[in-house]
Amino acid sequence: MVDQHTVRAYDKDLDLLERRIAEMGGLAEKMVIDAMDALAAADTALAHQVVSTDPRLDMLQREVEEQAVLTIARRQPVAIDLREIIGAIRVAGDLERVGDLAKNIAKRSVKIGLESRVPRAIVGIKHMNDFALELMKDVLDAYAQRDIERALAVWERDADLDALEDSVFRDLLTHMMEDPRNITFCAHLLFCSKNIERIGDHATNIAETVFYLVTGSTLPTDRPRGRQESDIEADARGES
Amino acid sequence: MTNEVSAQAPLQRAAPTAEKVVLRGLNFYYGKVHALKDVDLSLYEGQVTAFIGPSGCGKSTLLRVLNRMYDLYPGQRAEGEVMLDGENILSPGLDLNLLRSRVGMVFQKPTPFPMTIYENIAFGVRLYEKLPKSELDARVESALRRAALWTEVKDKLNASGLSLSGGQQQRLCIARTVAISPEVILFDEPASALDPISTAKIEELIDELSGDYTIAIVTHNMQQAARVSHYTAFMYLGEMVEFAETNAVFTSPRDKRTQDYVTGRFG
Repeated sequence: MVDQHTVRAYDKDLDLLERRIAEMGGLAEKMVIDAMDALAAADTALAHQVVSTDPRLDMLQREVEEQAVLTIARRQPVAIDLREIIGAIRVAGDLERVGDLAKNIAKRSVKIGLESRVPRAIVGIKHMNDFALELMKDVLDAYAQRDIERALAVWERDADLDALEDSVFRDLLTHMMEDPRNITFCAHLLFCSKNIERIGDHATNIAETVFYLVTGSTLPTDRPRGRQESDIEADARGES
Repeated sequence: MTNEVSAQAPLQRAAPTAEKVVLRGLNFYYGKVHALKDVDLSLYEGQVTAFIGPSGCGKSTLLRVLNRMYDLYPGQRAEGEVMLDGENILSPGLDLNLLRSRVGMVFQKPTPFPMTIYENIAFGVRLYEKLPKSELDARVESALRRAALWTEVKDKLNASGLSLSGGQQQRLCIARTVAISPEVILFDEPASALDPISTAKIEELIDELSGDYTIAIVTHNMQQAARVSHYTAFMYLGEMVEFAETNAVFTSPRDKRTQDYVTGRFG
């Protein structure tokens, strides 16, 4: 780790930012877990709890931004310090979005209620969510430890989440074709899978931020990607 | 508006340009004290190069080598090469007066002569050129305009240079330097004795002068180095630790010592 500043209060400012980010990370992770549990178990109370956690995450993000702006104004940070602060602003933005996505899933699970559920259809979604959570957990550890190897691994693994989304999409289509009464439920799950896929994208963003924070350079823009919806549509039209 | 312009300038000018001054294996001694150790460096034409580093790191010494200022003191000597347009200015036969007309210097404390504002500038010009009165007047005016001082002093050119404020005196010194059309201008902490507004005016001036002049500036104010320069050299204990584009030095320095210094983690 880097040495301390001659002005100690500067270190305290940066520590405070880092603690806020850690708190945000913990909250966001818990929201993602709870949203999926609520969806799987049709647990409306838990879903409401996820929704009511979101304002706390939003408030933390605002605190991070304010603290970052103040630190920039007071200390004119450069080099690693500047990258730390810019990194904190970016990561806070990504985590806030992750919270929103978890909230969307929770809200949707309330909307679905108990009607015409297709338990088998949830398995794939649950698998996706576990994978996205793993990416989140790894990237937050990478951020906390300034570990670029780990960040890069997340950056590369997001392609697997995209592939999972693709298979979930096919699985849900099958359920819908089997029995039109499944369509409402499966359509809701399609939106959920999209939300989870986006959580993976935010994990990737954080991985890029960690890389920038540590090295001062940016990752290439063309990261490895899984199959896109356009590919799936092309398949549906019978193109190769 | 000016802020935006100066902030963007370094990016626009980042294209490599000709080397105006090239230092190779420069060593400097104050008697037995080895003050500069094998310094290699280039000053690029029309670009501003900032020298930063803790007190005693050799940055002012380096500046004093560039116009052979040290020659005035016994027991000080430089070894190596300092090429100005391909000519080694350390060679013994060099015409020092000519060198100092090509390499001007502005000091930390404003040093106006105890003369009128007009004479402060005309005096230096007369040392190098014999000009008719009208041309001399024009030269004085253009130098004062160049130093952004003309509108403030045009009605009192016969007042003493010492009657001006600190910031104005410093700009008068810059006008005096510019008046003899140097190619390189050395600034040794030109704003450290000035208030923030005068400092901003000096920085704006340096930005305007770059392009036409090759500029080297020593400063203790790192934000100033970040604001005014295209290249930054970090020196420590007589060594050139890192020399790179200013943008790189202040966002992702390569050497840990540079990083510790620019982020305020030194010592």
